[in-house]
Amino acid sequence: MTNKISIRELDFYYGQHQALFDISLDISEREVMAFIGPSGCGKSTFLRTLNRMNDTIPGARVKGSVEIDGSDIYASRTDVVTLRRKVGMVFQKSNPFPKSIFENVAYGIRINRMHTSKTDLADRVEKALRDAALWEEVKDRLNTSAFGLSGGQQQRLCIARALAVQPEVLLMDEPASALDPIATQKIEELVVELKKDYTIAIVTHNMQQAARVSDKTAFFMLGKLIEVNPTQRMFTNPDEKLTEDYITGRFG
Amino acid sequence: MATDAIHRRRQILSSVMTTVTMACAVFAIALLVLLLTYIAVKGFTAINWEFLTDTPKPVGEGGGIANAIVGSAIMTVLGSIFGLPIGIGAGVYLAEFGDNWFGSTVRFLSDTLIGVPSIITGIFVYTLVVLPMARQSALAGSISLAIIMIPIVARTTEEMIRLVPKSMREGALALGAPQWRVTWDIVMPAAASGIATGGMLAVARISGETAPLLFTALNNRFMSYYIDEKMSSLTVQIYNYATGPFEVEHQMAWAATLILVGLILAINILVRFLTRKRY
Repeated sequence: MTNKISIRELDFYYGQHQALFDISLDISEREVMAFIGPSGCGKSTFLRTLNRMNDTIPGARVKGSVEIDGSDIYASRTDVVTLRRKVGMVFQKSNPFPKSIFENVAYGIRINRMHTSKTDLADRVEKALRDAALWEEVKDRLNTSAFGLSGGQQQRLCIARALAVQPEVLLMDEPASALDPIATQKIEELVVELKKDYTIAIVTHNMQQAARVSDKTAFFMLGKLIEVNPTQRMFTNPDEKLTEDYITGRFG
Repeated sequence: MATDAIHRRRQILSSVMTTVTMACAVFAIALLVLLLTYIAVKGFTAINWEFLTDTPKPVGEGGGIANAIVGSAIMTVLGSIFGLPIGIGAGVYLAEFGDNWFGSTVRFLSDTLIGVPSIITGIFVYTLVVLPMARQSALAGSISLAIIMIPIVARTTEEMIRLVPKSMREGALALGAPQWRVTWDIVMPAAASGIATGGMLAVARISGETAPLLFTALNNRFMSYYIDEKMSSLTVQIYNYATGPFEVEHQMAWAATLILVGLILAINILVRFLTRKRY
């Protein structure tokens, strides 16, 4: 498998405060990598460096390099808008727009002018909703407000919205942390399904979730990357003592 | 036993404080109710069809305030046409791009401008518009109303836009939306009802202004639709009637006051109606 994302010696600062220290990591194509670690360990910050979402935070600074398909996303010639189209993101709290279900999914298609006609737009919206396993539940009420959906449905709508622009990488920041077990299970099944087409990086608080959905797991603590290994190995025979202490529940 | 005493003291203190604050609330609302009742009682007797549809006549011959109603409407609308877009635009800038020295300066000056007595705005526009044109006009009146309106609208718009959750912006940015589209497509619609409320409240505010119109639009005994001529307004008309020597004029001032308060109330009710919760 080839490396889709390649991070080298990444440091990250919020103003004077350093949040990430010397992170080097590779993520292969069509692989699910889970980021685990205690609260405040920098896993979300790290995820947000991959689509430059931290750019919106005043005083945020990055050192080191992040390459996607071999090109440095922090290079001055990189267009951040194009980058974010290629690297989609699903957030911890579902954040639908104050629009209809249809318009929520259509928004990304519209702004990137990906559709050729009205029917093409409708087809793309349907496909995205199907891929997010939401179509059957909403097909009869596409024009109603997205806020009328349940929490789990809203989160799948946000996934559909991200898929609609056909990204290559999908970043998921604790996508199921606010959901009940049934909705969580649906999201997890979805992640496994989406792996066939997308490279996925997922932050999770839930170690069982990491074990269920990911191929590889990276363990972060205090802004440092402690260990990366195939998930199987990570949860049975980790290299580091710290990792073992964390996953066996000795702290965190 | 000691705990009982403390408990009793706390209960007494609590009921005393509740009573004091409630008394203040009653006092505040009572004044307003008294004022409105007084205006209603005093004004109602002088209102009739002629009063609403006729222009002023010499004292004792009746007449009405139709020209003032029309004048107030024209100048308020014209002032809003100047003031709302500029105010909203400035508010969007402050909220979305104003986290720099320029934004802070604009914010500080807006707050200062909101606190400036409106008669000063009147004098300013008098110097800037009336003197060069060599006459008072509805246009000058509208400009002074717009100047009063802009900082209010700018600040409320900014507040409303800042209330739009960051997560919603990030959702749009993550889809590859450029900043201006995030503002236009997502943030503005999400803040629309709040912005509309702020705008309408500013409209209500300027429709009740007198001082800036005294220097700029002055008054007009006749019906006028021309914005380059003097124009009557409800507020200035009330001022004239109220300061006149005859009891009939005072009667008419009360009636005109009732009309003005009624219009402002109507705008406020409209705001409530337009911004009622939809979801």
